[in-house]
Order: sequence, then C-alpha cells, then structure tokens
Amino acid sequence: MAHAHESNTGRIWKVFWFLSAVTIVEVVLGIFKPAALHMTNVLGTNLLNWIFLILTLVKAYGIVWAFMHMEGETKSLRRSVVWTVIFLVLYLTFILLTEGNYVFGVFKNATIKWNF
Amino acid sequence: MGSTVTTANTVGKSWDGGNNEPLGASYGKLMMWFFIVSDALTFSGFLAAYGFSRFKFIETWPLADEVFTHFPFAHGVSMPMYYVALMTFILIFSSVTMVLAVDAGHQMKQGKVAFYMFLTIIGGLIFVGSQAWEWKNFIHGEYGAVETKGGSILQFVDSKGKRVALADFAVVLPEEREQLTRGKGKWFMEEGSLATYSVNEVLEGFKARPDLLVRTEVINSEETLKTAEGLNEDKSLNKPKHKFILSRAESEKRLADAKLVIEGANLKHNEYGSKLFADFFFFITGFHGFHVFSGVIINIIIFINVLLGTYEKRKSYEMVEKVGLYWHFVDLVWVFVFTFFYLV
Repeated sequence: MAHAHESNTGRIWKVFWFLSAVTIVEVVLGIFKPAALHMTNVLGTNLLNWIFLILTLVKAYGIVWAFMHMEGETKSLRRSVVWTVIFLVLYLTFILLTEGNYVFGVFKNATIKWNF
Repeated sequence: MGSTVTTANTVGKSWDGGNNEPLGASYGKLMMWFFIVSDALTFSGFLAAYGFSRFKFIETWPLADEVFTHFPFAHGVSMPMYYVALMTFILIFSSVTMVLAVDAGHQMKQGKVAFYMFLTIIGGLIFVGSQAWEWKNFIHGEYGAVETKGGSILQFVDSKGKRVALADFAVVLPEEREQLTRGKGKWFMEEGSLATYSVNEVLEGFKARPDLLVRTEVINSEETLKTAEGLNEDKSLNKPKHKFILSRAESEKRLADAKLVIEGANLKHNEYGSKLFADFFFFITGFHGFHVFSGVIINIIIFINVLLGTYEKRKSYEMVEKVGLYWHFVDLVWVFVFTFFYLV
C-alpha cells in the first residue's frame, strides 16, 4: 500500500475545508432557493435539486477517497466496491422512482378520490 | 483478535490467509469493506423506498424547510437548515479527527492516536445528542393541525399566509373528554394521550377569527395557481412551490370534515403533512443514529485498547484504521440523508 508511513495531515485538513465549503454552499442555496434555479426544470427535476445531488456526490467522493483512503487501495478493490454500489443503487432508484411516479399517476387519474 | 489483523507477529500463528492478500488488503480491512458495501446497500434501499413514497405523494409531500426550523436558544425564530448544517459539520469534523488518529497510528504515536480518538468519541456523542433534540422538536410539533376524515392535514394561516398555532385561536369550551385507558375500556381498548384542544374548540376558534384561512398539503403548481386566482382577495397569498391556501369559504367547507386535532408527529399522525414523511424520518434517521451510537461504542473500545497499549504491543494500529472506515461510512450515509431529507 502506497500510503505507508508518511503523514498526511495537510491534505486531511484541506479535504475538511473543502467538504465544509460544499456544505455551506448547499445550506445557503437551500435557505435562499434562488428562483432562477428552483423554478427551472431540467430532466425531471429543478436545477437546484440537480446541484444538491451533484454536490452530494462530490462530498461522497471526498469522504471515500481521502478519509476512507480509497485512493491508496488497489484498483481492483476500488472497482469492486464503488462500481458494485453505484450500479445497484442506480438500478434500484430507477425502478422505485419510476414505479412511484406511476402509482402517483394512478391515484391522480382515478375516479375515486382517496385523499380529501 | 490476532486473526483479524496481519502483523509480523501473527503470521503463521493464526488464520490470516497467509501472505496471500486478495485485493491487496488485509483480512480485517477487506471484511470491513464487505460490511460497508452491504450496509450501504441497506441504506440505499431505505432511501430509495423514501423516494418511492415521495414520488407517490409528490404533490403533497411536506416541505423540509418548514418542518425543521428550530435552533437551540432561539425560540420562535424560524431558522431552517441551520441546525442540521451544524450537525453535519460536527460529523464531518469527527471524521477528520478520526482520520488524524489513523494518520498518527501509521506513525505509531500512541498519545496522539488516543487524543484524536477521544475527540472523535466526543463528536459522535454530540451528534447523537443533537439528533435526539431534533427528534424531540419533531415529535413535539410547533403549530398543530387538524386531520380530516380522509386523512389529509389542514393547517392554519392568517390573512398574510403566516402560520398560526392552534393555541393562538382555539377557544376553551365547557366540555370534558376523558382519555380511554385499559382500566376504563370494556375490552382491550385504549387510546393515546388526547390533544390539548378538541376539534370543536378549534372549529369554534376558527369561526371567531374571520382572518384565518386553511392551508392544505398541496404544493402549488401551475395548475393549482390557476385555480387559486380569484380565490383570495390577496392574489399574492399563493406562491409557486408553497403550500396551497384556501379562501375563507373553502376553508370552512374543508373544516367540516375535520376529525382529529394533531399536535406534533408520531408513526400514525403527523401535523406537518404526509404520515409517511414522519415514518421515514424516524426510521432512516433513527437507523443512522443507531449506527452513530454503535460507532461511538466501538470507538470507545478501541480507545481503551489504545490506552492499554494493545496496538503498541501488536506494532500495528490497523484496528484504528478499520474502525475509522466504519466511522467515515457513517459520515458518508449522513451526507446522503442530509441531502434527501433536508435539501432536495
């Protein structure tokens, strides 16, 4: 393993400040919800949500790569962990969100009013 | 524990896979990765189920920044997101101290490892405590609402669209309603604690205040905004992506269906809106909080071992690295919970 015995403290703090900055950006956007982002829909949801999702993945990358030291592991371990999870999660969310959207449509167009 | 860590001392004495390390990781670390992948999929399952229910009720889902608005020592001030952002910082920071402990372990500095592990444990405890406080506020509720026969939630606003608490307008009527307990029931019958006000008291209070309006669970879309036009005198009352506010006449009509007074949230009723929102909130943040809690316990065990010099004798702090992996994973899960419960 490449990380052997040298100290990485400088890098650790850099990643910490980066993650904090990303969180602050998320919170500020979440509080003010700029209309230009919040009201513009792209690919099924609004731009603000897309920004949140991407920033979340960026944070996840920072945590896994720097803190969990994935960058120091072998390529095979990295791929077995990351690709497996990403593939299964994408599959699961696709199935469940599509189905949820469909059920929503069934309720909305039903002749019986179910929530009143 | 000799079998879970690979050091020069243990080779050949216990089962450690010999010199053959699949994927270049020691037995213990590889097993931790196995656990993390499976646990990640468990959490993904929960969050995806949350997504399913949210998509199913996409038009009526509660708005998170209206639900979580509390901050310690700031009573009555609406501060959405600040508290949960603080919790996120606490957890990220405890992740940093954890990784610093691992780093110190690589250099075999016992004192430093112990110090950073101690900070990590403190951070974890503060986080769990914060979560308990967040739960308390959620369970306690803020404004109170009325549930209709059909199970939807009606909240109250004034003519400016500002939320009004039940306590601000409900009248006290000379009526008594006793809580049904096991001792008083004919058969195995009982009910939960009663709300502060009865439905009648809320309705009478509503009648006495002509400026009050009912706010429904529906999130305004272009469609509802069109129907909203001409509904209220104040045209700016209904804003896009805010909850739909009825006219006074409509409000009275909807209130005729009122059946229950709801204060706060539990697994059956939820004053903030969809019941499933509360169910998933309790389940997912609870499951995550349980992970943090067990992480703290495991950290304490490793911390004691560090103090006892176990890893000095073993000439390896890999155990700290493994518990670190778990701790970072808990932080990672929180990043996603934060996004899906509070931001998106």
